[in-house]
Order: sequence, then C-alpha cells, then structure tokens
Amino acid sequence: MRDRYALALGDDALILAQRLGEWVARAPELEEDVALANIALDLLGQARSLLTYAGELEGAGRDEDALAYWRDDRDFRNVLLVELPGGDFAVTMARQLVFAAYQYELYDRLRASTDDTLAAVAGKAVKEVHYHRDHATQWVLRLGDGTDESHRRMAAGLETVWPYVDELFEPFDGADVDPAALREPWQAYVGAVLAEAGLEPPATGQHRTGGRRGLHTEHLGYLLAEMQHLHRSHPGATW
Amino acid sequence: MAGTEEREAAFYAIIDADGRIEPRDDMPEAYRRTLVRQIAQHAHSEIIGMQPEGNWISRAPSLRRKAILLAKVQDEAGHGLYLYAAAETLGVSRDQLLELLHARKQKYSSIFNYPTLTWADVGAIGWLVDGAAITNQVPLTRCSYGPYARAMVRICKEESFHQRQGFEALLTLTRGTPAQKAMAQDALDRWWYPSLAMFGPPDTGEQASGGHTEQSMRWGIKRFTNDELRQRFVDMTVPQSQVLGLTIPDPDLRWNEERGHYDFTPPDYDELFRVIKGDGPCNAQRLAHRVAAHEDGAWVREAAAAYAAKKQEVAA
Ligand SMILES: [Fe+2]
Ligand SMILES: [Fe+2]
Repeated sequence: MRDRYALALGDDALILAQRLGEWVARAPELEEDVALANIALDLLGQARSLLTYAGELEGAGRDEDALAYWRDDRDFRNVLLVELPGGDFAVTMARQLVFAAYQYELYDRLRASTDDTLAAVAGKAVKEVHYHRDHATQWVLRLGDGTDESHRRMAAGLETVWPYVDELFEPFDGADVDPAALREPWQAYVGAVLAEAGLEPPATGQHRTGGRRGLHTEHLGYLLAEMQHLHRSHPGATW
Repeated sequence: MAGTEEREAAFYAIIDADGRIEPRDDMPEAYRRTLVRQIAQHAHSEIIGMQPEGNWISRAPSLRRKAILLAKVQDEAGHGLYLYAAAETLGVSRDQLLELLHARKQKYSSIFNYPTLTWADVGAIGWLVDGAAITNQVPLTRCSYGPYARAMVRICKEESFHQRQGFEALLTLTRGTPAQKAMAQDALDRWWYPSLAMFGPPDTGEQASGGHTEQSMRWGIKRFTNDELRQRFVDMTVPQSQVLGLTIPDPDLRWNEERGHYDFTPPDYDELFRVIKGDGPCNAQRLAHRVAAHEDGAWVREAAAAYAAKKQEVAA
C-alpha cells in the first residue's frame, strides 16, 4: 500500500522536474533559468528519495532508475497536471502555483507521518516547496497585475490547468495524508493569491482524472519516450 | 581634477604594482572597451554554453546524472549572471550586451557551435571544455580589473568541479560496456581539436592574432599567451586521457623530454576562423534559439517591469 503511495508522490515530482527542465536555456530571463533549474532539481531530489523508498518497500529489487526508466506510461502514477506540456510561461506558473500550494500542504502534514522515511523526506521537501510556492506566487502576481497581455495570458494559463485541479484531492488508498483534507488550506492560499493578482478562479465544469490509476494524457508517452530512450538502449549499463 | 597624463600615470602605477583597478578608478577608454568586450564575450559563452549541455537534460541516462547535469547548467547560468554584473560596473547593461549578441556584434566561444550528439559529449564537454576554460580563467583571477577578477575566483571553483564531474562521467563510460566505451572515444575524437582551438589563434606565424595579446598583457588582463595556455592544457589533459584509457586523436602527440612538454598537432585554425565568422555546425541554431527565448520572454519581462512600476507608485 505504502509503496504505491511513495511511488505516486515520487512520480509527481519526477514528471514535473522533467517538464521544468525543458525551460532551461529558454526562460524569459537568466534569473528564471536559474530559478526553474533550481526548482526542477529540488523536485528531482524528492523523486529520487521517494522512488528509492517505493522500490525498497516493494522488495522486488527495483531502484530509482529501474522505476523511472523501465516502466511504461500505464504504470506511472502521477497526477495528470504535472505531465501537461509546459505551454507559455503563464501556463507554467499557473501549474507551479497550483501544484506547489498542494505539495506544501501535503508535505507539511506528511512530516508527522508514522513512517520515518516519508516524514524525513517531507521534512526536507517542505522547505523547498515553500520556496517553489513563493516563486510561483510572485510571478502570478506580476503577470496578473502586470500588462494587459500578461493578465490575459495568466488567465488563460489558469483556464488550461484548472480542469486538472480536482484530481489532486481525490481519495488515495493507503495515503498517509488524506488528499481531501488538503483542499481547504490549498483553496485559502491560492484564492488569496488570485484575488491579489486580480484574477478569478476559472469556473470550469471539467474534471480530468485517471493519473493515479495509470490512465494518462497522450503527452506522457512522448515525455517518457524522450526521458527513457537512452537508458533503455543500453540494458544493464551503469552510468 | 587631475590632468589626463596624471590620471594615466596613476592607472599604470596601480597596474605596475599588480594592484586592482576598481570601477571608480580612472582607466583609459581602450582598457575599459577591451574589458567590456572580453567580459561580454565570456558572459555570452556561459549562456550559449547552456544549450549544448541542456540538450541532454531530458535524456540523461540516470536520475543521478540528470541531477548533476541540471546543477551544472544552472551553474553556467549563474556564471552568466556574475559576468554581466561585472560588465555593468563598466557602464554597460545586460540588455545592451544581449542586444549586441543577438545582432551578431559580439561573440561567444566558438566551441559551443559544435553539436552534442551523444551522452558522452556531455562528459567530454565537462572534461575538456570546462578544463580548457579553467586553464584560461585561473590566470584571470589575478586580472587587473577587480570585479572581473573576483567573479573569476568563484567561477573557477565551480568550473573545476564541472571538470571533475565530466571526467568521472567519462570514466564510468570507459569502464562500462563496449558501446559505452566507443561512445566516449567518439566524443573525444570530435571534441579534442575544437577544445584546443578554445585558446584562440596562435601567437606567431601567419594566423597570429594581431597585437591584442601584447596590449592585454601590458594591462594585466592577460597573463599568458594563447600558445602557453594551450600547451598547459595539453600537458594537463594527456595523463588524464591515459587514466580514462582513451586515445587522443593525434598521431604526433608525444612527450618531448627536452622541452618538458608534450608535442602536439595544433587545431585547424582555418576552421576556427570559419566558425568564429558564423560558419560552424550550430552557429545559426544557437543564436536562433537564444533570440527566440529572448523574444518569447519579452511579454514576461514587460509584465514584471510594469508590476514593479505600479508597486513603486503605490509606495511613493
Ligand atoms: Fe561556466
Ligand atoms: Fe562549467
């Protein structure tokens, strides 16, 4: 049970790290190349700890690389939100705000887990994610309350990611922290940021889901093809 | 206000005493211009260099290597930041310098106009390109211009870390499967001569660069000639290639007892000049990528500026 939970949280972090890595050397300014690489690195570190632990719990001898590189998309357990293409900077920041605010509430509670390993991972990650949330907050404010164009793009970015919000809070069998309990504090934080930025939470009626059961978007297959091809081309090799 | 001659004398007194020129000190206009050009070219090299390596972040063959590579490319962005900041102390903004880069009016290291075709190229860049950069840059930590010298101290520490990581990545390949070892040798075959060309044209002969070196040495900007640095790099790198078990693609490479140095075949300087002029495998691609990133980000930078202005208004 718990191995599936660690795997799901690890996949979230891994896939988002992969997406954020795409910004490196193409960010709007050099400071953002540094910041987005930094956030990607934090997430990758979280993913490595969580996947390693998931492999240990599973007890089938799979390490972080076996789990990252040798599963197909139907075996990935990340939420759909993290696998969406990066889009423009506004889409990326919309996702960052939504996801970092969720991850912050999650890790903040997971610190108290009776599982020492998960508690330790969360204790380290919560500080990192606090910064991720702040970084996204600053950008949503700037873009929401910047120019007409940035406001329009930021609103469109929120529209893009909003159908994927509910999935974050769906029940998860064997979760140490009940996802549903995160919704209220998440709402309070994100709602306040959007209000200050002069943005409305999109009134979407759409709810995309399935990631936790391995039912993904078409995008994940391409992401994995790129991420996994070299590793898989040399089975058994050490890097 | 001191006269021109007195100010120049004060400048050279600092140079001759091996002191540091600081932004507020008087300096000859030609000194300032030379430094701006050199620091800008160095800064541009850091940020263009993010592309060939960034090319492998998504495909890195293990999560550990992915993390190392991400951190390295992030360091290079940081180097760009320090260097643009050093240039700003000479009165030019980052925006101005980027505009010159985008308009092809300033250059970056020609090495980054070669493609990274395999994973081993990431290791080869760390080992050879960061290695050559260190050889070039360690003397710059004693450069006469204070802000540049101080930026180089920090940068060199990170570059030497990158060099060791690149070496270690290649060592893992050469101790791996036959396919991995072949990949490492192929990378060395392609990167060796472009790395030697990183030290610039030779100091003597037909292809020698005209006069820059001498003037820069007088000003304490340059401490060694191109050929001295190239030799130092070869002498340092050959023993490392032996540890790796890789063959440097130079049949005439051998130890010269008399000179106490390795003899080696120089790089093809005609090729270097062609690549500098824009005719390299990736010149067009690298610049187009950079310009596209800049243009795609324009609305974001405008929004940030508009937001900052609004906040200032409220505060005022
Ligand atoms: Fe660098
Ligand atoms: Fe470097």
